[in-house]
Amino acid sequence: MYAFEIERPSTVADAVTALAKSDENQALAGGQTLIPTLKQRLASPETLVSLGGIAEIQGICQDDDGRVCIGAGTTHAEVAAGAGAYLALAALANNIGDPAVRNRGTIGGSLANNDPSACYPAGALGSGATIVTTAREIVADDYFQGMFETALDAGEIITEVKFPVPEKANYQKFEQPASRFALVGVFVAKFADGVRVAVTGASEEGVFRWSEAEAVLSGNFSADALDGVTLSGDGMISDLHGSGAYRAHLVGVMTRRAVAAA
Amino acid sequence: MAQVSMTVNGKPASGEIEGRTLLVDFIRESLDLTGTHVGCDTSQCGACVVHVNGKAVKACTMFAAEAEGAEVTTIEGMAAEDGTLNPIQQAFQDHHGLQCGFCTPGMVMSASALLAENPKPSEAEIRDYLEGNICRCTGYHNIVKAILAASGQDVSNIAAE
Repeated sequence: MYAFEIERPSTVADAVTALAKSDENQALAGGQTLIPTLKQRLASPETLVSLGGIAEIQGICQDDDGRVCIGAGTTHAEVAAGAGAYLALAALANNIGDPAVRNRGTIGGSLANNDPSACYPAGALGSGATIVTTAREIVADDYFQGMFETALDAGEIITEVKFPVPEKANYQKFEQPASRFALVGVFVAKFADGVRVAVTGASEEGVFRWSEAEAVLSGNFSADALDGVTLSGDGMISDLHGSGAYRAHLVGVMTRRAVAAA
Repeated sequence: MAQVSMTVNGKPASGEIEGRTLLVDFIRESLDLTGTHVGCDTSQCGACVVHVNGKAVKACTMFAAEAEGAEVTTIEGMAAEDGTLNPIQQAFQDHHGLQCGFCTPGMVMSASALLAENPKPSEAEIRDYLEGNICRCTGYHNIVKAILAASGQDVSNIAAE
């Protein structure tokens, strides 16, 4: 790792101030992606602003609209244990990485990083969540902008994520066993006004909504309804673990499983 | 350089660190507690698992500065003062849950965290919980058996493989 300083502010306001001091400063959430990145010298911040000591962005509650609101600094293990009002999301969190990773990694860190194979982007986009930052509220449909790209501006910190709770939902992850990321993951959520299907791990553009499947499932929420609905392998991630066509096929399989399990 | 202070195995510990100093390096280099191992250094293998405020974490993927004020437990904190092994450590010895022993500190710390939240885990739950702890010697069978035994469950019908 290149050398850097660490600051540990105890409030969001102090974290914003610390980040604003230099363009070379960077926020540190759970560090489960950023620390390996630093070890590979793929990042060289002047100062890391650790968000781990900020109590006001930790915890889970429900707002007056029934949405499950999760502080950005809440770990995957805490969401797995504490998001009982949204079981599909708790189950998603409980299958990220391994137990030790889940004790450090946070929902805000995962969404800010927007890894194309991470689980939370599928959960947030599939749920139609709202990402609350230090500057504004961003709906999930506007937030995810491609592989590792988000709507966040420099110095903007996610503080909370608000999840509307669907009538039914399920996340199916076909795990890449070495990395424990999703080779393909599909989050399906059935709301009163329609179905949302969000896919991670597949597209070169990062997490996306599979609109054809959403249209079919909104009319008939059953796995059989997806017979004949297929996805092209064009633009899908292709690597030694699976070709684009393989991933496209897997999206269909995982979507059917998610609908059946929801 | 900055100063960091924490409690390690019940005793106050402090030292000079850089921003980039990993918790595992502080534990091993500054505190001379070399029972916590560095296997992969990429948060895959789990040889560096310690407890921070009661939670199992990979000490190679956390900065020492982030443990300021924390209660840290390492493998050295598991046995009693007089050297009597913790029941999990004893079970690893009784059931031959190790061969080369390199992964064992992490295995014991993960097992301890598992039993704290799930005192009678099934074999499947143990295997699932150890997903982030890699052993290249044993084939895991005796590790699982040792953890079942440490949790007070009958392992007489489980064959060693």
